Amino acid sequence: MESIMIKRIHPHHPDIDGAMWERIDGIIEAGRGKPGALITVLRECQDVVRYLPRELLSYVSSGLNIPVSQVFGVATFYSFFSLTPKGRHIIKACTGTACYVKGIKESLNRIHGKYNLKEGGTTADRRFSLEGVRCLGACGLAPVMVVDKDIHGAVSSDKVIQILENYK
Amino acid sequence: MDMNKIRMQLMLCGGTGCDSTGSDKVRAALQEEIEKQDLSEEVAIVITGCNGFCAVGPVMVVQPEGVFYQKIQPEDAKELVTEHCLHGRPVERLFYKNPATKKKIGRMAEIPFFASQEFRAMRNKGLIDPELIDEAIARDGYFGLAKVLSEMSPEDIIDEMMASGLRGRGGAGFPAGAKWRFAKWADGDEKYVLCNADEGDPGAFMDRSILESDPHAVLEGMAIAARAINAHKGYIYCRSEYPLAIKRLHIAIDQANAYGLLGDDILGSGFNFDVEVYQGAGAFVCGEETALMRSIEGKRGMPIPRPPFPAYKGLWGKPTILNNVETLANVAQIILNGGAWYASIGTETSKGTKVFALSGDVANIGLVEVPMGTSLRSLVYDIGGGVPGKRTFKAVQLGGPSGGCVPEEHLDTPIDYEAIAKVGAIMGSGGAIVMDNTTCMVDMARYFMDFIQDESCGKCTPCREGTKRILTILEDICKGKGKDGDIEELESLCHVVGHTALCGLGQTAPNPVLSTLRYFRDEFEAHIYDKTCPAKTCPDLVKFEVDPEACKRCGLCAKGCPADAITWHKKEVAVIDKDKCIKCMSCYDRCKFDAIL
Repeated sequence: MESIMIKRIHPHHPDIDGAMWERIDGIIEAGRGKPGALITVLRECQDVVRYLPRELLSYVSSGLNIPVSQVFGVATFYSFFSLTPKGRHIIKACTGTACYVKGIKESLNRIHGKYNLKEGGTTADRRFSLEGVRCLGACGLAPVMVVDKDIHGAVSSDKVIQILENYK
Repeated sequence: MDMNKIRMQLMLCGGTGCDSTGSDKVRAALQEEIEKQDLSEEVAIVITGCNGFCAVGPVMVVQPEGVFYQKIQPEDAKELVTEHCLHGRPVERLFYKNPATKKKIGRMAEIPFFASQEFRAMRNKGLIDPELIDEAIARDGYFGLAKVLSEMSPEDIIDEMMASGLRGRGGAGFPAGAKWRFAKWADGDEKYVLCNADEGDPGAFMDRSILESDPHAVLEGMAIAARAINAHKGYIYCRSEYPLAIKRLHIAIDQANAYGLLGDDILGSGFNFDVEVYQGAGAFVCGEETALMRSIEGKRGMPIPRPPFPAYKGLWGKPTILNNVETLANVAQIILNGGAWYASIGTETSKGTKVFALSGDVANIGLVEVPMGTSLRSLVYDIGGGVPGKRTFKAVQLGGPSGGCVPEEHLDTPIDYEAIAKVGAIMGSGGAIVMDNTTCMVDMARYFMDFIQDESCGKCTPCREGTKRILTILEDICKGKGKDGDIEELESLCHVVGHTALCGLGQTAPNPVLSTLRYFRDEFEAHIYDKTCPAKTCPDLVKFEVDPEACKRCGLCAKGCPADAITWHKKEVAVIDKDKCIKCMSCYDRCKFDAIL
């Protein structure tokens, strides 16, 4: 049974504008009725808004006709999804074994010292978000850090601030 | 481009490692130089998948000579094209230098890192452009599938797989053929073939590399498996941390569909098989088979008890087989050359080859494929080049968070599922992390338990609560708050968690603790009773004092101190001001003489 949405009312949200809602509708449309589409829909929605506000989760729930509890459950289970706003630049620090052995911990300490930023946090000015990620599979370059889409290898504690200062 | 006129190919690595060290800029510079020197008709650049020798990237192999260049920069393009491509004089400056003999080696086949390897799962790495199906076909790609569809019955396929002795390369080592047989026997009109590319073990990257360098081998393996069990739909569950692998898989699937090698009526045989890529969303537990299936169904990736095994009741409740990337990459070669060929190398119970991701404190970091039965010593020293500098080997960690450490005295253990299990580690998916004498084993156990505790899905109590308790004890020990009885408590908790957890993640979670306790109990005792960290890694147990005997008065520590806590004057021993010290360990890292106590 296909659910029929008559006229969609977009909830008001400061971080989502009209064009974004259009794209979100397209994503939900493509996933509707497709078994197992929830994770894909959430990922694509997060690509649009950069995080998943609660209002958006409810909207996805009604759009896909999936209980909001299940949508919320999935969104909080996977580390890829964030329910809080992200900074302009996302730092992904690899905390895999090789990077750990090669000293990523010291680099993280430096970041904390300079920007008062801890794993999972965002700076007050929303400049950086710091995520600890499990092995990026680039152990040859350990310790590794990905800022936005740029991979930085051999990020020693001496180099880390210098690298980050390039991201305003 | 007329391939007949091409006399030289520059196989430039475009894998994740080399890409991040700038191989894309090198490609642009080489291309510009080739055009400038009017060689476009004769010299071609091919962007290959991961070469494996990530430590010295960006790397390039010039074919047909097989000359290997390392650490190429865009500025080197002019010299490379003028000297090598035009005049035929290889550029020695960019050769690999053997750290043992200090000699430069030009040919890839003669570099020790490559010389002891045997390429089967990675047979096409660095030899083909992974984004062109024609190049895969030229290297016998899809010939195995053609053979299966034209002259083999499903039973023949499974017999051949059984004869090969191929065991699951994801870690557990279950015979692939047996898994297929169960799924073939299972009743059901709808069946699924899944590929596990959710390579979550920290320190393991062989699946990423195979997907990036030879995606068609995996697709072909899946199609053959599908034929064996009569499935028509397959999913590749790939973690989202591997964007390049996902992109190449999409390209490969589109090309295979266009050629009629996937999709409806494959090669006119009437057999249909569709493959879809499913992106993970960051949950380590999804590498466990039942959790992975829940995730594809769009749910929280939580494992369910087995039996029923997925071969009977898997994805959407239908019979399903799940194989790892490396396992599937071996399938087509087994079909083409026969199971007996595959079983001709290896040990009694472990056949063929195994790919390892060698990393940590080892000279040659990268991806290696070795015959089963090779000793761990040969892996670490002959191929890996041993521990660099003056530091000494302490242990090699195998199998990630489910595995264990193998110390020096057991390094002669052959690579074999049973032999490795006997010394307290597991074969695992192939992560091999070398640790030197500056690695604290208590901290290592703490690290893995922190990982497991964070990644535990929370469904079953032993894993959710047990790992938390183990972690608390280990954290206390690292902070110098360990007390008498902690070791016994750890052992007892590990025993309970290992025996009662629901899935493989929880059942194997205590392994890193148990194996470090087995071989490095003295380090635990030093932390607990003497409040010292023998490796000087745990900040709370390092005194941050300078040993005047060992200090060479170089001042490196003072120059690197971010808190200006170290005073040093020329020819004098440095002094650390403990009030200013933030315990960042940078002085310790910089001191080459181990003079910081």
